Amino acid sequence: MSRVLAICRSVWRFIVGDDWITAVGIVAALALTALIAQTGTGAWWVMPPAVLALLALSLRRAAR
Amino acid sequence: MAILKRMSGPELALVVSVFLACAVEAVEALTIVLAVGTTRGWHSALYGCGSATLALAALIAASGPALTRLPVNSLRLVVGGLLLVFGLQWLRKAILRAAGVQAMHDEAATFASSSAAARAAGERAGARIDAYGFVVSFKGVLLEGLEVAVIVLTFGANQHRIPLAAAAAIAAIAAVALAGLAVRAPLARVPENTMKFAVGVMLTSFGTFWGTQGAGASWPGDDAALLAIIPVVALASLVMVLWLRRAPVAATTAGGPA
Repeated sequence: MSRVLAICRSVWRFIVGDDWITAVGIVAALALTALIAQTGTGAWWVMPPAVLALLALSLRRAAR
Repeated sequence: MAILKRMSGPELALVVSVFLACAVEAVEALTIVLAVGTTRGWHSALYGCGSATLALAALIAASGPALTRLPVNSLRLVVGGLLLVFGLQWLRKAILRAAGVQAMHDEAATFASSSAAARAAGERAGARIDAYGFVVSFKGVLLEGLEVAVIVLTFGANQHRIPLAAAAAIAAIAAVALAGLAVRAPLARVPENTMKFAVGVMLTSFGTFWGTQGAGASWPGDDAALLAIIPVVALASLVMVLWLRRAPVAATTAGGPA
């Protein structure tokens, strides 16, 4: 069991790194894009500002 | 050239269309492999590229024309999301270093100490695989390779000329690979943090592009949208460097892969 947990922890560190808030933000922005796209409306405009906002917030947290 | 002259109009149109479409996909894959190879080491990048090629060959051999029914959008969503997570970590670190918030990474010293530690442990430094480099290269080549396979199968099947479409795709990939070999040496002379900054911009841009497509949205101009996304991400990142240089900040120990 502890071995499974250790593997899960390694995978988490490998993918998410030390900034889980940004990873969650990316998932939320992709979900929002999918929701808007399903309505038939253009949804390409969601990700660019979301990604730049997540980057700016991540930098602000790191620099504080 | 003589072969092209002997082709009928529809055949020539097929070859040109497949060549151009596959060249675009190959350039996208090459960009990722070059970026990873220059910053994380060629060993891992080429292993990732080779493994993806083998995986693709196995997939194509196993599924053949059924490949066109693969959920490419789901793959784009997963690969795009992962590239975004990786890309933003790289970009954040490169921006923090460029702004002077975080100390520049002394790659030469790290390499020397790692090599010494590896020698002491009795292993060859060049034989070690960097997991990040391998995975990012693997994903990029696998996704683009799948798109090339789908282009060949759909264009080729429409005219019942799959071998001709495959030949055009191979020619496009060979041309792009040769171009990649030509730019490899000049890229190696770019300063480390500048290269990591550029890699962060590229991964973030590709992640945004594929993630959005995978979520079901279409970009205006399709693949040409990348020509707008990359400069926008680069420009915004440079603005963030300036913003951090002017803001009073404390030293940080932000981690990540870069």
